[in-house]
Amino acid sequence: MAEMAANGQEPEVLFWVGCAGSFDDRYKRVTRAFVQILEHVGVKYAVLGTEESCTGDPAKRAGNEFLFQMQALTNIEVLNGYNIKKIVTACPHCFNTIKNEYPDLGGNYEVIHHSTFLQQLINEGKVHVQGGEAFKGKRITYHDSCYLGRANDIYEAPRDVLAALDADLVEMKRSRANGLCCGAGGAQMFKEAEPGRKEINIERTEEALATLGAEGVIATACPFCMVMMNDGVKNKEQEQNVKVFDIAELIAQAEGLTK
Amino acid sequence: MIGISNIIFLIVAAIGIGLFVWQIRKIRKNIQLGRDLVLEDNPSERINKTLLVAFGQQKMFKRMLPAILHLFVYVGFLVINIEVLEILIDGIFGTHRVLGFMGPFYDGLMAVNEILAALVIVACAIFLWRRNVTRVPRLATGVEMRAWPKMDASIILMIEIVLMFALFAFNIADLKLAELRGHELAGAFPVSSMFVNAFGADAGTLATIASVGWWIHIIGILAFMNYLPSSKHFHIIMAFPNVYFSKLVPKGKMTTNPAITHEIKAMLDPSYQPPAPEVDAEGNPVIQRFGAKDIEDLTWKQMMDAYTCTECGRCTSVCPANITGKLLSPRKIIMDTRDRMEEKGEHPAIFRPNHYKEMGVERVETTEEKTLLRGYITPEELWACTTCNACVESCPVNIDQLSTIMDLRRYLVLEESAAPASLNAMFTNIENNGAPWAFPASDRFNWADELYLPSKN
Repeated sequence: MAEMAANGQEPEVLFWVGCAGSFDDRYKRVTRAFVQILEHVGVKYAVLGTEESCTGDPAKRAGNEFLFQMQALTNIEVLNGYNIKKIVTACPHCFNTIKNEYPDLGGNYEVIHHSTFLQQLINEGKVHVQGGEAFKGKRITYHDSCYLGRANDIYEAPRDVLAALDADLVEMKRSRANGLCCGAGGAQMFKEAEPGRKEINIERTEEALATLGAEGVIATACPFCMVMMNDGVKNKEQEQNVKVFDIAELIAQAEGLTK
Repeated sequence: MIGISNIIFLIVAAIGIGLFVWQIRKIRKNIQLGRDLVLEDNPSERINKTLLVAFGQQKMFKRMLPAILHLFVYVGFLVINIEVLEILIDGIFGTHRVLGFMGPFYDGLMAVNEILAALVIVACAIFLWRRNVTRVPRLATGVEMRAWPKMDASIILMIEIVLMFALFAFNIADLKLAELRGHELAGAFPVSSMFVNAFGADAGTLATIASVGWWIHIIGILAFMNYLPSSKHFHIIMAFPNVYFSKLVPKGKMTTNPAITHEIKAMLDPSYQPPAPEVDAEGNPVIQRFGAKDIEDLTWKQMMDAYTCTECGRCTSVCPANITGKLLSPRKIIMDTRDRMEEKGEHPAIFRPNHYKEMGVERVETTEEKTLLRGYITPEELWACTTCNACVESCPVNIDQLSTIMDLRRYLVLEESAAPASLNAMFTNIENNGAPWAFPASDRFNWADELYLPSKN
């Protein structure tokens, strides 16, 4: 972004990578897949690189409003400094925070989640979902992210994106508004669970495995969900049969953009 | 026509209604203990929501069987109230079926009333069965479902059944009396006419039964009304304002405390002038707690939530933490709020708050503190929440359980620094390197090192 600004240019859209997309080895692959799609369709985009910082979401959900606002006000200064108007992100937590909570603190942007962005690219015919891996007949189940679904009523965009793959889409018993959380929201990602009978991600993974049958793909649209589902699949020793992919990875694979 | 019984009726009705108004004022006072909050935006959207969710029962229909049974009782309640109006007029002026002059309309009204009354009896019987025999888990289990909440539910159902039977007794006897006297009774009575001979043919007995049925029905309704403020059944009134004042913004948006914003802005920019702090009547600055420790730290809407709760347990039954055996139960958070509010503020005629410690409930390790936090709700419950909004989504009367959980969490963190150690480590990471994990901020762009782009490689 700094480079673009130095050349007096403004991006069409700023890709907010997020902490998981920047640091988590698994989710970096999602970041790269999404960038490959952005490059492929020729969108003029930018990233903040090292100028990006945590949105403050985990601090806010953990109750640390002070730290949240510190992060938010600092980020808003950077974003406003570059005159950013439109932001796309692959993280529902970043999406929710920037879209819903930054406006009160002076950050007003058009914020869209990458599921909606991908849906638009497919609808506009910019992504054909051809030339790469074929998903026809493969069983895929989509796990709703709470911060995309219930928090922001986005249920159809990720499903529309997956529908473009022409795969065998199956729904879990608890889906859309009734979807079960992966267990990571509300800063649970960063702490041990409270004492109980079971881990939430195991409960959800069991449901996904029962829906998929012998093999298939659990599609996610959130870095935390991805970690939790991956851990669940490993815990159930099903990693050979069931893979967890972000919707952007599936599209990049179908479009033949990955190595 | 006005005789001694009309005067007795007038006195009974006045006492009943007076007591009810007195109790409502207490509840109003309790709700007003909460923090100010202005919820007057978008009245048209609010009205729509009220029509759909409260009047239209929209969210009940996520579960078909209870939704249909509940609809019978709800519509029955609304329609039979028209007859109650007639009862009031008859009672005061000594008239008999004063609305009978409406002819066919009155026939229709009475017929619908009778059918609904029969359906109410069926629905309430099934509800009693679900609570006490099949013991539907969300209704029968949970640390918050102690003796009183369970008994309360059964009392309400039984009162409703008795009221309906009283109505039938009145109609049956009235119908038979008319038959004996050889004149036509105003109204149509599809159910009562089937049982028209149930009480025999003695005019004296019938007159007594009609009058006893009438009195039980009206006194029952007045007693029921006065029982409401002590009961979870108060939702029949509160559901409407609570839905009207419910959250209109996306569920993911949590409140932002402007006091903190001013503090940070002043810290980042020494020339920033924060607005003058609020002052109380004596001119002393009002020091507000960050987050909520006790009920007065919650907003009036959060208090209203507590009075609206029907303890149906839909929230708890979809809570991922609760499903997997954690202590958190969103219903308990709301019930505890009401218990604590009534303990600290005004309390209704029947008041049996859940004191978990005294009850020897093992899992809820409350303390002796006389506050909502720790005295009723423990940090263990609060930290189990994933903020997934499943509870909020599931609530048929738009209670926002999550907002109360968040405010209690905020108090733990902002006022007591009592977050779990791992969360404190996460805070430190964000402070130091701008990410919840301990990675140097300078590595943030490293993902691009391995980026494969066909156009560039």
